[in-house]
Amino acid sequence: MSNVFRAEGLGKTYPGVRANDDVSFAVEAGEIHALLGENGAGKSTLVKMIYGLVRPDEGQMALLGAPYAPHDPRAARAAGVAMVFQHFSLFDAMTVAENVALGMENPPPQPELSRRIADLSQGYGLPLNPARRIAALSAGERQRVEILRCLLQNPRLLIMDEPTSVLTPQEAEILFATLRQLAEAGTAILYISHKLEEIRSHCDRATILRQGKVVGTVDPRAHSARELAAMMVGAEMRLVDRSGRKPAAPVLQVRGLSTAGGEGVALKEVALTLRSGEILGIGGVAGNGQEELLSALSGETPTAPGTIALEGRDLSRAGPEARRRAGLLAAPEDRLGHAAVPEFSLAENTLLTAGARQNLIRRGLIDRKAATDFAQQVIRAFDVRTPGPDTAAGALSGGNLQKFVIGREVLGRPRVLVVNQPTWGVDAGAAAAIRQALLDLAAQGAGLIVISQDLDELLELSDRFCALNQGRLSAPRPTEGLTIEEIGLMLGGAHGMEVAHVPA
Amino acid sequence: MMIDPLSVFILLLGAATPILFAALGELVVERAGVLNLGVEGMMITGALAGFAAAHASGSPALGFIAAAVAGAALSMTFAALTQFLLSNQVATGLALTLFGLGLTAMFGKPYEGMKAPAMMPGPLGLNWMIWLGIALVPVVWWFLSRTRPGLILRAVGENHDAAHGLGYPVRRVRILAIGFGGALAGMGGAYISIATVLQWTEGMTAGAGWIALAIVVFAQWNPWGVLAGAWLFGGVTVLQLRLQAAGVAVPVQLLSMAPYLATIIVLVLISARQKFGRSGGGAAPASLGRPFHALK
Amino acid sequence: MFRLEPRASAPLLWQVATPVLAVLATMIVGGCLFAAMGFDPVAAIRTIFWDPLFGPTAAYSRPQLLVKAGPLILIASGLALGFRAGIWNIGAEGQYIIGAICGAAVALAAYPMDAFWIFPAMILAGAAGGWAWGMVPAVLRNWFGASEILVSLMLVYVAQRIAAWMAFGPMKNPEGFNFPGSRNLQQYEAASNPDLIANSGLHWGGVAAVLALAATWFVMSRHVLGFHIRTAGAAPRAARFAGVRPERLVALCLGVSGALAGLAGLFEVAGPAGQITESFGSGYGFTAIIVAFLGRLHPLGILLAGLLLALTYIGGELAQMMLNLPAATVQVFQGMLLFFLLGFDILTRYRIRRRA
Repeated sequence: MSNVFRAEGLGKTYPGVRANDDVSFAVEAGEIHALLGENGAGKSTLVKMIYGLVRPDEGQMALLGAPYAPHDPRAARAAGVAMVFQHFSLFDAMTVAENVALGMENPPPQPELSRRIADLSQGYGLPLNPARRIAALSAGERQRVEILRCLLQNPRLLIMDEPTSVLTPQEAEILFATLRQLAEAGTAILYISHKLEEIRSHCDRATILRQGKVVGTVDPRAHSARELAAMMVGAEMRLVDRSGRKPAAPVLQVRGLSTAGGEGVALKEVALTLRSGEILGIGGVAGNGQEELLSALSGETPTAPGTIALEGRDLSRAGPEARRRAGLLAAPEDRLGHAAVPEFSLAENTLLTAGARQNLIRRGLIDRKAATDFAQQVIRAFDVRTPGPDTAAGALSGGNLQKFVIGREVLGRPRVLVVNQPTWGVDAGAAAAIRQALLDLAAQGAGLIVISQDLDELLELSDRFCALNQGRLSAPRPTEGLTIEEIGLMLGGAHGMEVAHVPA
Repeated sequence: MMIDPLSVFILLLGAATPILFAALGELVVERAGVLNLGVEGMMITGALAGFAAAHASGSPALGFIAAAVAGAALSMTFAALTQFLLSNQVATGLALTLFGLGLTAMFGKPYEGMKAPAMMPGPLGLNWMIWLGIALVPVVWWFLSRTRPGLILRAVGENHDAAHGLGYPVRRVRILAIGFGGALAGMGGAYISIATVLQWTEGMTAGAGWIALAIVVFAQWNPWGVLAGAWLFGGVTVLQLRLQAAGVAVPVQLLSMAPYLATIIVLVLISARQKFGRSGGGAAPASLGRPFHALK
Repeated sequence: MFRLEPRASAPLLWQVATPVLAVLATMIVGGCLFAAMGFDPVAAIRTIFWDPLFGPTAAYSRPQLLVKAGPLILIASGLALGFRAGIWNIGAEGQYIIGAICGAAVALAAYPMDAFWIFPAMILAGAAGGWAWGMVPAVLRNWFGASEILVSLMLVYVAQRIAAWMAFGPMKNPEGFNFPGSRNLQQYEAASNPDLIANSGLHWGGVAAVLALAATWFVMSRHVLGFHIRTAGAAPRAARFAGVRPERLVALCLGVSGALAGLAGLFEVAGPAGQITESFGSGYGFTAIIVAFLGRLHPLGILLAGLLLALTYIGGELAQMMLNLPAATVQVFQGMLLFFLLGFDILTRYRIRRRA
């Protein structure tokens, strides 16, 4: 056996959580080995142990047949393990060459390094200018920097953590071509993902993790996506009920919405019409203006007069509170620190957005009992697992807090609800519950805008689909009948195609 | 009223030196992602320790060494609190200043009224500390932009999570930077007691540490900018003193506000340029002032 | 080795226990310091913390407690609002001085008139002066993004020089034999702020301090404004999402804390201090920062912390007289207290566990 890496009985316990339990598997030279599991299954703890960021409580690892127990990432790199992080570990204010140098133990002098970066990037079809600052690069280019940083070390084992979450389908294809080229040269690749299709079409073997334990190692091509999902979740996927929706009169009109950008992405002439009872899905690769769009709609960012109208009423100059009173509600992506305050109790967190609509704040005075009661109501209606309304928001798991945040807005009976990444980082059960709540809300006649980077989710929920690309929103297309390829082109910004396909 | 430009420039170099030392030290601390508002406290501690050592030994050089040690030692309190006990950096820096002022007021009493030993003049009639201060500017610049430890230090200040992810010892780098900042602040303070005023008086740094903090912002975290800022303030100080000496019809108390008002004006100008300018994102290290804690 | 594990919320027990621990640690380390300096540590600690209240001279020093605690509490209750929101007004000392100058200016302009409105007008002028001095950093931060920390602090030095100028120039007492310093307001009945009950140490400043505590307690615990302040400090983006406008909070917190500091200055100049002198500022503005933190930014805590720090002032003076301890001992104590508090604070935010 040409095992490059082998894990035997690895275990790791955090307070209250058994993150990894008796995990054993092996990665062979020249294979792309998938590590598959839903959020919270223990994938990231496992790779952190392999990369020396976390020390296992029990078990052994071996690299190239020799015992392997790195005490920090530098030791891991020295032993031949490299890793591309999901959230880039790059330094925005520094150049490509400086970033690469930081990822190497003994970098050559700058001119020599720059030359090697240029050579290698050409060789793998990943062009990069070593002198550019990271801040000026796109997400895809940033990932190239991460990959090149790894390749310059000639790693024996390359770990990729959810690498395609920031890429368009076309960019992902280029990435897989690169990975295949590397594998053929003998590098072992450990590929972490929860995207089933991607794994089925590109990986040689897959080790499936559920609740910290290995369920099995399989050939992903020999199984259907449904079977893989069942192994990952441990049960049949719950299907959502899409029935009962009849898009009616327009509720929200957005016209010529542009923002200044500043630190983020500038929105450029965004226009959309949302009907009551409809779910409009907005897809896009991370960092293309999703957060900015939500902020402009929620009222956090002021916009020009006449750009946003709810049922004919111009709300462009209204702040978040006034918009909520009018019936325009929003739930931002970041649960901790944006949609909720981690240190505050759930009861106090209701005051963030429900003060006026639930009558929790009257003439400036806070009704604590009403806030506690409303929190209790959200907890019950959305099955939020928590000791009670006095628990701090930060003490809840991601899925439970997300249910609370979405529930808080849904119970506010919005006319329009805007959500960004409603199920990001949430376990499958909670995700299904949240999606069902959104569908039910639309069935009751509200208009919904769902912004997400999860294409499957958008296809499952939305009636019409638009793509957000560098702050521009494409024209909507009915979701029915859209193919992944078409969506990929929309995300990549080939807006021309819509003109030919716009249905009457 | 006669103001001879050359003599003003020489005086300016002297007036700028304490701020130059302290601001260069703080610049390195901030580039490592730490905001230490205790510069004033470390300067005053250096001023007393330096004066006491110079007075006891008769050697100004020993005084400066003692000042550096004292400043660095005091800064380790800040390092322990912020790096190990993860305390709020703003509050801890303030505490360092209050503590330093109190400590020196307590231990400084016996030294009041004593005279400092004479400084050895260096080239061009300027003392060695002025030359050392100026020489430190390119050294710090070279260290930060051209060496690997400097690269790592900047990486830690830019994104401490990523630096940790790559295996760099965030905490150790920051503690070393804090110590370096403390040593330079101590030497800057000692320059005031040993080379400028030539004696010890309570609270003699009179806000120089805070001005140094403002200079780092003015310099946009660039060593050459610190030199320009320090000279600018040296200039304002000297001019103000000259006007006092020339007997201008403005009360002395109002003239002596000049350095503080100039600090505010400069701070506003640089902040406004950053806010309204085309340059986009600021030059401040992205992790500045944020506590770092790695779960392991 | 130990490792730290973040807590989701701070337990009340540790919130109360850490300031107490900090005080005890300060006493212990302070005692060691005294021993090293050749003083009897037990006697020194007793003189500072016990004798002002229960010692032989307590009759004299007890009223002093309220005299010192009043301005500390008044200033700290305002500062706590801003600190909660992450707005750092560290220039209360300057606002205190300017408030005193503005209030005194009204009195000196009216001198020697006798009218009921003079003292109320001084109060308004003192608050307005402190408010204006606090609004300078607020406006510069809101318009230009300048750091309120550095600007408010620079303005302390400016205010100190204005006080000196006043004492030597515009406000100099024409009947003062050319000594610097204004007329003594204690001798100008319409403008003075005497003890409300003779020898109690309680003047209008103490009343204002209690009112300020009650008002800030109400705002912080019952009013939506307090909720917004706490949200802005804990999670600025969540605050914006909730509809808070950060510029308004900056103006409000710096303005209110400035006004309260100005009031403290006014009550001081019209009462215990009596006149504007070159060195009118006595450090209350900085000590109040320690009071705010030691009181955990909570009104009740600030009340206790204000009394405790007032005690250290009086005890320090007593120790200077009785034991020849250096005058700056108090400052060292106050600095240490803040250090220990910040250090022990880790117990409220993290659980400390033994590493397996």
